[in-house]
Amino acid sequence: MLELITFGILSVVMLVSAILVITRRNAVHSVIWLTVTLFAVAGIYLLQHAEFVFAVQVILYVGGIMVLFLFVVMLVDIDTSIKQARFARQWQVALVTAVLVLAQVGYVLYNHGHGLNLPPRPMVSAAPLGNTQAVGMALYQNYMLAAEIASLLLLVAMVGAVIMAKRKLQ
Amino acid sequence: MISPEYYIFLGSGLFTIGVIGVLTRRNILIILMSIELILNAVNINLIALSQYFHSVDGQVFAILVITDAAAEAAVGLGLIIALFRNKETVNADEIDLLKW
Repeated sequence: MLELITFGILSVVMLVSAILVITRRNAVHSVIWLTVTLFAVAGIYLLQHAEFVFAVQVILYVGGIMVLFLFVVMLVDIDTSIKQARFARQWQVALVTAVLVLAQVGYVLYNHGHGLNLPPRPMVSAAPLGNTQAVGMALYQNYMLAAEIASLLLLVAMVGAVIMAKRKLQ
Repeated sequence: MISPEYYIFLGSGLFTIGVIGVLTRRNILIILMSIELILNAVNINLIALSQYFHSVDGQVFAILVITDAAAEAAVGLGLIIALFRNKETVNADEIDLLKW
């Protein structure tokens, strides 16, 4: 019961602040509401005992990416964009399309008897490791190649960002 | 134990909000933030199903998605700075060099 109440509070906070992200006129306010959303997502991870992903979310998303966003928002000229129209011309079409997508997902999930047919939950077999230990084992044993490719991707992105933000290309 | 359908529906709600943001806003920075919302919606689904199946594979994928989001934010923000330097605007509908 307590879990359900926590889930409800976190999801309300998450959805309301996500709506505020996409409706605020000032981009700095959007960044701050996005931080609130990401904290709520981190709370959802903690609710599901995914402690390592929770820590990564708080450190990397809230601590890293949001600071980067705030820097760039303050580097570009926000004074003129505050005075301009917020939404593009095709916003009604976009709204209807997105709500249709949500309605489809909801129909698939809650269609009685024919909804989401998950296989039965497996029993826990071995003695459970700690979450961080289990994630580390999986990341560096089964998914070694994926982790290496991800690190290469980060290197490429770093070089690309530096080149992109340079004043002039030779 | 909350049934995973709740989490998946929450994730699809967040995904929808992100899609609305990408499609309707003019400011490129807000569009990039909406992409972050979409990636987080995916992560909620991954974590919910990984918890349901008692497996950490979904959490590993969530970490890879977060890595992707970091790379995408770095490159995207570099692009926005380069665009702003050349065009003096952050509105997506005014950047139409490729439009015939």
